[in-house]
Amino acid sequence: MSLAALFFYLFAGVAVASAFMVIASRNPVHSVLFLILTFVNASGLFILIGAEYIAMLLIVVYVGAVAVLFLFVVMMLDVDFVELRQGFLQYLPVGVLIGMVFLAELVLVVGSWTFGAGVTGAVTSAAPGVSNAVAIGRVLYTDYVYFFQAAGFILLVAMIGAIVLTLRHKENVKRQSIPVQNARTKAMAIDVVKVPSGKGL
Amino acid sequence: MTLSLAALGPALPELLLALSALALLMLGAFAGPKSTDTVNGLALAALFGALVLVLIGPAEATLFNGAFQVDAFGRFMKVLALIGAGGTLAMSVDWLKIEKQDRFEYPVLVLLSTLGMMVLISAGDLIALYMGLEMMSLALYVIAANNRDSVRSTEAGLKYFVLGALSSGMLLYGASLIYGFTGSVNFAQIAQAAREPSLGLIFGIVFTFAGLCFKVSAVPFHMWTPDVYEGAPAPVTAFFASAPKVAAMAVFVRFAMEALPNVAHQWQQIIVFVSIASMALGSFAAIGQRNFKRLMAYSSIGHMGFALVGLAAGTQQGVQGVLVYMAVYLVMTLGTFACILSMRRKDGMVESYDELAGLARTSPVKAFMLAVLMFSLAGIPPLAGFLAKYYVFLAAIEAGLYTLAVIGVLTSVVGAFYYLRIVKIMYFDEPAAAFEPMRSEPRVVLAISGTFTLLFFVYPAPLIAAAAAAARALF
Repeated sequence: MSLAALFFYLFAGVAVASAFMVIASRNPVHSVLFLILTFVNASGLFILIGAEYIAMLLIVVYVGAVAVLFLFVVMMLDVDFVELRQGFLQYLPVGVLIGMVFLAELVLVVGSWTFGAGVTGAVTSAAPGVSNAVAIGRVLYTDYVYFFQAAGFILLVAMIGAIVLTLRHKENVKRQSIPVQNARTKAMAIDVVKVPSGKGL
Repeated sequence: MTLSLAALGPALPELLLALSALALLMLGAFAGPKSTDTVNGLALAALFGALVLVLIGPAEATLFNGAFQVDAFGRFMKVLALIGAGGTLAMSVDWLKIEKQDRFEYPVLVLLSTLGMMVLISAGDLIALYMGLEMMSLALYVIAANNRDSVRSTEAGLKYFVLGALSSGMLLYGASLIYGFTGSVNFAQIAQAAREPSLGLIFGIVFTFAGLCFKVSAVPFHMWTPDVYEGAPAPVTAFFASAPKVAAMAVFVRFAMEALPNVAHQWQQIIVFVSIASMALGSFAAIGQRNFKRLMAYSSIGHMGFALVGLAAGTQQGVQGVLVYMAVYLVMTLGTFACILSMRRKDGMVESYDELAGLARTSPVKAFMLAVLMFSLAGIPPLAGFLAKYYVFLAAIEAGLYTLAVIGVLTSVVGAFYYLRIVKIMYFDEPAAAFEPMRSEPRVVLAISGTFTLLFFVYPAPLIAAAAAAARALF
């Protein structure tokens, strides 16, 4: 067995096992952590087939952003997962039945699937010796620069929107301002008050 | 491929809008709330500048491998969209200030939304179409919820967002099917590939049209319209009813005519159905409404149905009809909303049109203008609304769509009921308390709109000729 095959079975095995643990673990935080493990192993599989750009994207986008977002949501929202799972066993037969139907359909579809002529030949890198990231970069900033900029503006609109709808300027909040603190003079800081004797303040 | 900066010339209006939106955002963020007036003024100036650039810009150009195209059709629609955006922004400044909803982000979002409309109108392929649509809509979702302390406004924003996301999903699904079955996202190449209808292509067309119908609020994808129009602040509703409708209708026509001319008989029946359903619902459902904004929502659904009659014809004359219709619709809508925005008494805004009772005695000029607009919306000759309907129905009859034309005329008779009821309330009911005097911007918009509607039939040639030239660009 070659080294690549060994790594394939390693990544694939861990990915399947941790994917199972995502739905099996009782603690939702553990579920998210297993999800991250699944993503990391999937990106390992992508590296094995030579799609290193997608592998990096998977790590950056899914592990770095999406999974962390999940983690925050799980920790900040008080969702009682134990309660959600009640009746899990009760619905198990129906669930298994639907699962079997889907599985049979998938087998039927994939079993009869044939690729058209010329499809497999088309999936080769455009120029030899050019890595995926370079190939994408070459068209992204030239042929597709219009869409790239437009997408940038859409993200900007989303950001402005989130701020417009949620940011509230609170009155009477004390903020630290270091220049003001440093510029304090004796006259500003000390107030000499004449206290009449026997009265107090 | 190298792209020199000078080659971007045809996209100058878009660049101006994009850069001024960024600059105004910086200005507002650093100068704080006191800069709102400046930002409003400069945003208006930017819209006006873009309008001038569209008018003096090149007549025909293609950029970015066909993703961005400038032609007579695009220029016509861009001028309409910019007028709509500028007119509503000008009217909204004072209104938002009185209601204490003025924020510098509002004009910036209007600018970005208008930028999305320009991208949409110029779209030459499916990716640009989607990008423009999202840029336009995302900004609209936000300004619908502009009054974020009001439950109805936030509900409007949320409802619009959720349903808009659903329609975007359908549009993307359709676009991916069309790409899969024709092998291209470019409109011209889709037209080349789609000579024979295939099942996959038809599915793609249906889903894409569903997404586009949502944006023009045509039945059966209209459900969001009344709630969003009623919930959103009035100037935002005015904006919704004007510029985005023009842009969405432009891309609808362009997509149907440029990408799918060879399978026209496939999508024609969809448009005929949507058109009949929109006209019927727009006429009947509006009868029970008392809220003026909600009434205008149903009115706009109906009018989109009338405009789609021209598209259903699928001829050059039909497209010309759509263009004339959208121009007239835009002007009438701006004028009507100028009136809605000035329905203000000492204790705040009123939205029911019963409050207009006896307006003819309290402010006769305004009542006359609004009556002209209502007659025109109902399509009574010789006003502008009648001529617009005349052109689309004529195109439908010449294309052999007699049933569509007859149903259209019948529904416009039904629709006349609720427009004329407003005239009756203004002229024959006992006067209610007078409104606060109209602000200057709505007054100007109402005056221009009313005069245009009233006198359009005297000299319609320039608009008709421009629309004819624009329609020719697609054939």
